[in-house]
Amino acid sequence: MSRFVGQDAILRADRQSAPAGRVTNPPQVGNLPHMGRRLFLQALALPCLGAVESDARFTVEARFYDKLPYKKIKCKLCPRECVIDDRERGYCGVRENRGGTYYSLVHSRVCAAHVDPIEKKPLFHFLPGSMAFSVATAGCNVNCKMCQNWDISQSRPEQVTSTFISPQNLADLAGRNQCPSIAYTYSEPVVFCEYVLDSAEAGRAAGVKSVVISGGYVQEEPLKQLCRRVDAIKIDVKAFTDKFYKEIVNGDLKAVLNTLVSIRKSGVWNEVVYLVIPTLNDSDDEFRGLARWMKAELGPDVPLHFSQFHPEYLLKNLPVTPVPTLERAKAICDAEGLHYVYIGNVPGHPAESTWCPKCRRVVVERAGFTVRALHLDKGKCHFCHQAIPGIWEG
Amino acid sequence: MRIGPQYVATRRGLLRAGLAGVLVAGAAPAEKSKVVVVRDPALRAGGGAPDSGRVLKMLDRAMQSFWGGDSPMDAWKKAVRPGEVVGLKVNCLSGKGAATSPVLVEAICERLQQAGIPQKDIVIWDRLNSDLESAGYRVASRTDRIRCIGNDAAGYGTELAVYGSAGSLLSNTLTRTCDAVINLPVLKDHGIAGVTLALKNLFGAIHNPNKYHTNVGDPYVADVNMFPPIRQKVRFTICDALTAQYEGGPSYMPQWSWPYNGLMVARDPVAMDYTGWQILERKRAEKGMKTLREMKREPVYIATAAGRGLGTNDPKRIDVVEV
Ligand SMILES: [Zn+2]
Repeated sequence: MSRFVGQDAILRADRQSAPAGRVTNPPQVGNLPHMGRRLFLQALALPCLGAVESDARFTVEARFYDKLPYKKIKCKLCPRECVIDDRERGYCGVRENRGGTYYSLVHSRVCAAHVDPIEKKPLFHFLPGSMAFSVATAGCNVNCKMCQNWDISQSRPEQVTSTFISPQNLADLAGRNQCPSIAYTYSEPVVFCEYVLDSAEAGRAAGVKSVVISGGYVQEEPLKQLCRRVDAIKIDVKAFTDKFYKEIVNGDLKAVLNTLVSIRKSGVWNEVVYLVIPTLNDSDDEFRGLARWMKAELGPDVPLHFSQFHPEYLLKNLPVTPVPTLERAKAICDAEGLHYVYIGNVPGHPAESTWCPKCRRVVVERAGFTVRALHLDKGKCHFCHQAIPGIWEG
Repeated sequence: MRIGPQYVATRRGLLRAGLAGVLVAGAAPAEKSKVVVVRDPALRAGGGAPDSGRVLKMLDRAMQSFWGGDSPMDAWKKAVRPGEVVGLKVNCLSGKGAATSPVLVEAICERLQQAGIPQKDIVIWDRLNSDLESAGYRVASRTDRIRCIGNDAAGYGTELAVYGSAGSLLSNTLTRTCDAVINLPVLKDHGIAGVTLALKNLFGAIHNPNKYHTNVGDPYVADVNMFPPIRQKVRFTICDALTAQYEGGPSYMPQWSWPYNGLMVARDPVAMDYTGWQILERKRAEKGMKTLREMKREPVYIATAAGRGLGTNDPKRIDVVEV
């Protein structure tokens, strides 16, 4: 996109408008075969495929499933473990049983592609100020009532306009757009796991890193494979109660916490985002519970971002999160001893910047998604030489 | 016949369509929901496929029994009105064997035309063109003939329909093309949702059905049926029970299918589903199989739908008329 519209225009738009994680200026989902993101993809000068065109080149056998009698299969990608009849799809809508063999329908089937600041993911301790070549396919393995990209995440691949970008092409595109990383984001990379694995490998060979932006609802084996190939994973912890996960997400908190522990053990860089939704997940107890759990299980250095909610999708009845609520969340987690607690989607807030936990000075100064100043020397505080964890250089 | 709240919502549309008489005639609240079950033991003269002539006769008996009137055509004229575009929501995902039979749909199209609905105003539809074709339908988009089209070709709207736990985009065929829809499910088992009958068949009208199979489809099946265009346009159900399946659905499993040789007609989708579910449970019992409750897939969404006011699942308030 940037090569055609101009990097400055893109950066301004990205850094100032959309909340973190959201596809910038998403076109409305419309009628087939023009549903979705044709304009978006045309800006990348890539061929666009309508929904009714052949899906053969996007279709690869899924890597994580068991075959069952009567041509049924059991998906082993996420903890849901869908048991799927012949001709049916899993909960994610992008994996299909065809005659007893399970297929991903979204390999290389990109429905959104964008050059975003890495801060928009958000990843704050990972190559600050760099751009990430960000891609998504259709589909998701949960159904969050607050989803800001529901038009792609809750659709099937044939219901959105997509383009074919092979793993090699994706690595090339990232390089050509001066992006040191590829971000798998917007919808849910777990459901296009095979594409992520192959692209991360192609990226590594080309010197491009990979970052995964996920809800963390994934089984151990695919997670292990992801951790071997990618450089950072951001996990959305959507609340700290089972009730919220059951009623608002259709997922499972325990599974997500297990994911965080596994990532920690793998050594892959990890940050956590918590979208604070008024009345649903904004209690002191929840913030404190999360902070205590993180400190005990992940250590105090995993960055935690409290993001401002904007009414979307099925939660349009709730207000934008008041800034004092986000500040309360941060204060509680600071007091519990987490070192890097941020406030997100509130441009200009001092808690967007990284503060040295030792000398309390700003080491990465941010405004929106822009990095204003960097006071780090080889990962250490410029002022007191405290090591600040993260991946600071490519 | 009991008039559930959904008919209150559709009342204006039906009045416009000149069908107010039907409603007024059946409006006494004490009346039961009628479910007509017609069977023909001689449906398969040669022991194989259903005989098309006998299917037509069975359809006539079912329609006349349900709608009343001196002839089958009287019944059809109460059900539909010239000038309306009538959609036939078939169930084709599982392909031949477990899909709405083309022989039944042909019979319905014949009677619709005789009732004054020209070919151009008849639309056979389901989710995908490929599903329709795998069930033996020929996709056809010419607007001067009977159309047959999948939602993948017709598209979905851009407005999110929201009710309770469900939020979906709706098929353009339902919202834009059709004035009335005849719901044509198959009498069969469903490995996740328990059974798939009138209520569940409307998952074919939304863009994200895979999201709504968790928790045995409850409350999602009921909530999807609460979307106003579904409540307003789905006029009645003819359930294809020519061949029924009591286990292993929704895929076609011949070892668990049997020639029920029947059709069921109802306007109350909840009463239809309850009645069909009981038929499947009786067959399961006869075969020595566990109940759906024991299999942890009791279709509790039927009770939820009753609670939403979509109809009744109370056997005391369902009048099963066997013809
Ligand atoms: Zn310092």
